[in-house]
Amino acid sequence: MSDKVIYVMYDDDEALKDSAKKLVSKGVKISEVFSPFPIHGIDPIIGIKNTRLGIMAFLYGLTGLTLATLGMRYFMVTDWPMNIGGKPNFSYLDNMLAFVPISFEFTVLCAAHGMAITYLLRNKTLPGMPAQNPDPRTTDDKFVMEIRLNENHGISEAELDEMLKETGFFELDKKEIN
Amino acid sequence: MQKEAAIREPLILGHKTYHDITEDVCRPIEDKAPKMWYTLFGIALIIGLYGVGCILYLLGTGIGVWGLNKTIGWAWDITNFVWWVGIGHAGTLISAVLLLFRQKWRMAINRSAEAMTIFAVFMAGLFPLIHMGRLWVGYWVLPLPNQFGSLWVNFNSPLLWDVFAISTYLSVSLVFWYIGLIPDFATIRDRAKKPLSKKMYSILAFGWSGRAKNWNRFELVSLVLAGLATPLVFSVHSIVSFDFATSVIPGWHTTIFPPYFVAGAVFSGFAMVQTLLLVMRKAMGLEAYIHTKHVEYMNIVIMVTGSIVGTAYITELFISWYSGVEYESYAFINRATGPYWWAYWSMMTCNVISPQLMWIPKLRRSLLFTFFISIVVNIGMWFERYVIIVTSIHRDYVPAAWSMHFPSHIDIGVYIGTIGLFFVFFLLFARFFPVLALNEVKTILKGSGQSYKESPDYHKHH
Repeated sequence: MSDKVIYVMYDDDEALKDSAKKLVSKGVKISEVFSPFPIHGIDPIIGIKNTRLGIMAFLYGLTGLTLATLGMRYFMVTDWPMNIGGKPNFSYLDNMLAFVPISFEFTVLCAAHGMAITYLLRNKTLPGMPAQNPDPRTTDDKFVMEIRLNENHGISEAELDEMLKETGFFELDKKEIN
Repeated sequence: MQKEAAIREPLILGHKTYHDITEDVCRPIEDKAPKMWYTLFGIALIIGLYGVGCILYLLGTGIGVWGLNKTIGWAWDITNFVWWVGIGHAGTLISAVLLLFRQKWRMAINRSAEAMTIFAVFMAGLFPLIHMGRLWVGYWVLPLPNQFGSLWVNFNSPLLWDVFAISTYLSVSLVFWYIGLIPDFATIRDRAKKPLSKKMYSILAFGWSGRAKNWNRFELVSLVLAGLATPLVFSVHSIVSFDFATSVIPGWHTTIFPPYFVAGAVFSGFAMVQTLLLVMRKAMGLEAYIHTKHVEYMNIVIMVTGSIVGTAYITELFISWYSGVEYESYAFINRATGPYWWAYWSMMTCNVISPQLMWIPKLRRSLLFTFFISIVVNIGMWFERYVIIVTSIHRDYVPAAWSMHFPSHIDIGVYIGTIGLFFVFFLLFARFFPVLALNEVKTILKGSGQSYKESPDYHKHH
C-alpha cells in the first residue's frame, strides 16, 4: 500500500510544539517528531504514552536482590558454612549484616544494566544500526514532524498543506513510500 | 521552557544558537588536532608506557620489588587505589546527584567529569589486581565454583565487598556515560564528511534518530540511573573505608571513616575536575560554556567537602584521646609527631587550610588560584591516604617489629605510570568524543543563555 509522508521542519522547538498543538486540535494525527534534544511537553500533544522502563528497572533490581540473597545463602550457609573464631554461619539471618553491601551492589548492578539493555532494545538502537532520522539536521538544530496521509483519512492533502502553511514551517518535504 | 531568576548569572555566555553549540563542541573533533595535543599525548604515552614497564617487571619478579616489608604489607599500592577511586567520585556526583537536585550547571561539565571517573576507576582497579602478584589468577575474586573443593570467596570480608562495589561502580558509570553519549555521537555522525569517521560514529551512535518516544525513554533512563548511581557512589567509598574500618588496627578501626572517606572522595574528585577543565576549556575554546560561575560552584563544593574532611580529622584526634585507649592515642600522636610528621602536616595544610580560602569570593572566582588549589588538594588527598595507611601500621604492638616504608623506584614508577595512562585516555577522549553533553546543553539555552536572559521578552509570561 503506497503512502505519502510529509516532513515538516521547524527551526525552533517552541514553534514545533505550538504548531503541533494547533494541528492536533484540528484533528491531524502526527505520527512522529524528530528532535536534537527532548522537547518537554510534546509527548501528551502527539499522544505518546509515558515509558514503563522505570517499572522494568524495579523488577530487574528485585531480581538482583533475590539472586544475591539466594547466592550468598547457598555459598555461606548451605555449602560451606565458614567458621570464623568458632562462630559459623548457622543461618542467613545470623550473618545478614555482612551481606548487606553485596546485596545492595548486586541490586544496583542488575537494575542498571537490565534497564539499559531494555532501553537499547526497545529503542532499536544497537551498534551498527543505520540512522533513521529523515534529515541529518535533526540532530543539530532542526525539529521535524512526520505526518502520514494514510493516518489522516478525513483530511485531504490540499487541506493539510493549507494548515501547515499557517504554522510557519522552515521547510517542507514530501515522500512517497510503499 | 523553564525560567530562572534574572539576577542568576547565565550559564551560557554570548549570543549562541542551537547550531553554535553543535559547532563549538564538534569543531575540535572535526578539525586537525593542534600540535599541543600531540605533544601532551606523546608525554603522557611515554610516562604511561614506563608505568606499564614497571608493572610488567613487578609481575615478572614479584611484590618484593615494592618497598613493602613484613610490618607494612600495604602502602603505595592501596594509597594509590584509594586516591584514584576518590577522584572518580566527582564525575558520578556531578552527573547523578546534581541531576537529582536539578542543577543545570552540571550539564557543561558532566560529560568530561564522567569520563574522568571512568578512567580514574580503571587506574584504581589496577592496583588491587597487581597487588595480587599473580594477575592471571585475578578471577579467583569472583564467586566461581572451583576445582579446589567447595570453597567460596568470603562474603563476610570487606575486601570482597570492594570487588563487587568497584566493578558495579565502573560498569554502571560506563553505561550511564554511554547512554548520554549516544545522541551526541548521532550529531557528529550526521555532520561527518569523511567516510571513515562517518562509519565510526555511525557504529558508536547505535542508529540514534531522536524520535519523541526515544527522548521520553532517554529522560526516564537518565533519571533512574541517576537515582541508582547516587546511593551507589556513597556506598562505594563507604565500602573502601570498610577495608580499614572493620580491622582492629589502631588508627583504622574508626566509625567515622565511611562519611569521612566519601567527603574526601568528592573533595579530591572536584579538585581533579577543576585541574582538567580549566585547561580543557581554554584549549578547546569552551569558555562560553564552562566559565567563572561553574568554577565558583565547584569551588563551593570543594569548600564544603573540605570542611567536612577537616572536621573529621579533628574529630578523629579528639576521639583517640577521649577513648582512653592508649594504643589508639599513640597511633595519632605518632602520626603528628612521629617519623611521618611531614606527611601528616602536609595533609593538614593542603586539606584543612586551603579549602577555607574559598570563603573569599575573589579567590574562588579566580581561575589561576583555583588551578593552584586544585593541585594542592590532589597532593593533600594523596597524603591523607598515605598517612592513614602507613602511619597506622608502621609501628606494630611489638616494638621489635617497628619499621619504615620507603617507596622503591617501582612503587614510584607504577604510580606515575597510572597518571600517564590516565592522561592518555583523557586526551583520546577529548580528541574523539564530544566533551560537552551538547544536546543536553541545548535544553538550557533558552532558560539560562545570556542572550535569552537579556532579551526583553524573557520575563514576559507566555
